[in-house]
Amino acid sequence: METLNTYRAGPDDNGHFGIYGGRYVAETLMPLVLAVERAYTEARNDPAFAREMGYYFTHYVGRPSPLYLARRLTDHLGGATIYFKREDLNHTGAHKINNCIGQILLARRMGKTRIIAETGAGQHGVATATVCALFDIPCTVYMGTIDIERQAPNVYRMKMLGAEVRPVTAGSATLKDAMNEALRDWVANVEDTYYLIGTVAGPHPYPMMVRDFQSVIGDEVREQILEAEGRLPDTLLACIGGGSNALGLFYPFLDDSGVRMIAVEAAGEGIETGKHAASLSAGAPGVLHGNRTYLLQDADGQIDEAHSISAGLDYPGIGPEHAWLRDAERVECVSATDDEAVEAFHLCTRLEGIIPALEAAHAVAHVCTIAAALGRGNLLVLNMSGRGDKDLDTVAGLAGGTP
Amino acid sequence: MSVQTRIDRRFAALKREGRAGLIAFVTAGDPDAGTSREILSGLPGAGADLIELGMPFSDPMADGPAIQASSQRALKAGASLSATLAMVKDFRAADDDTPVILMGYYNPIYVYGVDAFLGDAKAAGVDGLIVVDMPPEEEDELCLPAIEAGVSFIFLTAPTTDDARLPRVLEHTSGFVYYVSITGITGTKSAAIGDVRAAVERLRRHTELPVAVGFGIKTPGQAAAVAAVADAAVVGSALVDTVADNLDEAGKPRPGLAAAVLALVGDLARGVRGARMKGAAQ
Ligand SMILES: Cc1ncc(COP(=O)(O)O)c(C=O)c1O
Repeated sequence: METLNTYRAGPDDNGHFGIYGGRYVAETLMPLVLAVERAYTEARNDPAFAREMGYYFTHYVGRPSPLYLARRLTDHLGGATIYFKREDLNHTGAHKINNCIGQILLARRMGKTRIIAETGAGQHGVATATVCALFDIPCTVYMGTIDIERQAPNVYRMKMLGAEVRPVTAGSATLKDAMNEALRDWVANVEDTYYLIGTVAGPHPYPMMVRDFQSVIGDEVREQILEAEGRLPDTLLACIGGGSNALGLFYPFLDDSGVRMIAVEAAGEGIETGKHAASLSAGAPGVLHGNRTYLLQDADGQIDEAHSISAGLDYPGIGPEHAWLRDAERVECVSATDDEAVEAFHLCTRLEGIIPALEAAHAVAHVCTIAAALGRGNLLVLNMSGRGDKDLDTVAGLAGGTP
Repeated sequence: MSVQTRIDRRFAALKREGRAGLIAFVTAGDPDAGTSREILSGLPGAGADLIELGMPFSDPMADGPAIQASSQRALKAGASLSATLAMVKDFRAADDDTPVILMGYYNPIYVYGVDAFLGDAKAAGVDGLIVVDMPPEEEDELCLPAIEAGVSFIFLTAPTTDDARLPRVLEHTSGFVYYVSITGITGTKSAAIGDVRAAVERLRRHTELPVAVGFGIKTPGQAAAVAAVADAAVVGSALVDTVADNLDEAGKPRPGLAAAVLALVGDLARGVRGARMKGAAQ
């Protein structure tokens, strides 16, 4: 992948994007990871699999999601023309369901009879519990106790959908620890269990597979913007936790050199305070959860705890393809603080009548920062990755949070 | 030509004695540096034939609550990879025979720098490495350089490692083969001895190397049963649980902590050695 005629060729056969990615897992899991790869390769080449996914995308998720011209926000900021890709309108309220449809169909093909997942914001947990209800498969979701507290509505939804939510108290009791616990479950239940990872991370083939399933976002945007504006966008912008909504939007445009891409990380209380989740901006390469990528870690290689008001971004790593795209300087990495995200949350709600997920509010915050400078005529697409219903308690709990 | 390593010599000696070995796992720096050194230096005298020294990591994905907690205790008390290497170096000054195998996860090694780490580990007297999240698929990165540097690399084999895959895993394994006797994390379930026997027999069809069995061995009786069918039994969680049991409310070691751990090692060693006596008597 040194000679770059394309940014879309990765990963290589061993799951590497440059030095990133790979399959750093315990031997007990290795045969399973290889089996997932085999099954996915087969499914990917089977038109029936694509048809089945397409069916559920259209009739269950509600795809295509609209591309909406956010006129009042555009006018308010006085610069770029801002479109929202409305992943918040998907069934279950976020982009996470796209990936869950793909993986549950794969798990069924593999004959797996039990699903496990990790979740931070609870959006992936809800999406997983949803497809498990749909296909009548038992489901266990690991979730840090801190996240259980701040995303209570989603915990309730998961339970209603029939999933078992297992609280994780280890470490920082957030997404990273939930992923550790899910991996431990998988090691112990290798025969019947499929691990449904919620973002473009984990061992190969997950980063590639989740990217492929989420690429429907960018594929639709391409068609929709051509229809609406007769040309490709100038700027794409998305928040990144693990990176799945961002990569889903970016991937189909990676080789369109005129399209600028910006990934917005969570700066928490500010990168300079050390309390943040900006692994691309402030981390260093390392190996965790099955792949090499940028990680928040200390000089001894111990993983640091991430901090973000948004549970879905509160992760000390990032998908390996993003690490590679960062080094290749194809995607720009910026960040937004908790305060900026909350401010953008309110602004978007009042101007557009759209309550964004706190994750997506980070992307809105950065749009607020750059829209004027981009100038009129700049066509910008922001991935509205999810809706904010789940965050109302968090926002209401802040000083001045109640309207 | 292969140089005889400490690991080779120890397994050859065990073979001459006609018995299996006890491999004791403790986490470096648990519960603090001083107590951990006391435990380490006492292990050979207590009956450990080989030592697995855990390199503490913040996110030990393949470990159960006992070893997770021991890693956390060590890190809280200031453990680091360089401190672990320094510990081995001091141990080696007093004991030039007992093999020391470092066990842990890759990230601290990667951040330390593979070449620097292998050089320092070799110089400190480290004999082998078990790096849980380093499968043969990534062997170029650490396994092959380790062998080049004269440090054995021991891959784990698991019940899920089928006959088709075993040759791949065994290809660059040196020193001994580690069989993870359960599908699961450390310190949880225990395998039925019949399954262990069958698994060891399967491994022996693929390799001449000694076979060590670990995960789920907690009592002298279990250690003895495994010692009757394998070349070594690995005990870890039970030892670090003994560390945990001997801490006060503030998490500080109570007097006699090291002695309690070493007493359990002694019991386990008697179990392992007893397995031979039974075998010899029959
Ligand atoms: C609405 C929403 N957006 C974004 C994310 C972050 O994940 P990713 O970076 O994989 O899109 C989450 C994760 O929970 C989410 O719920």
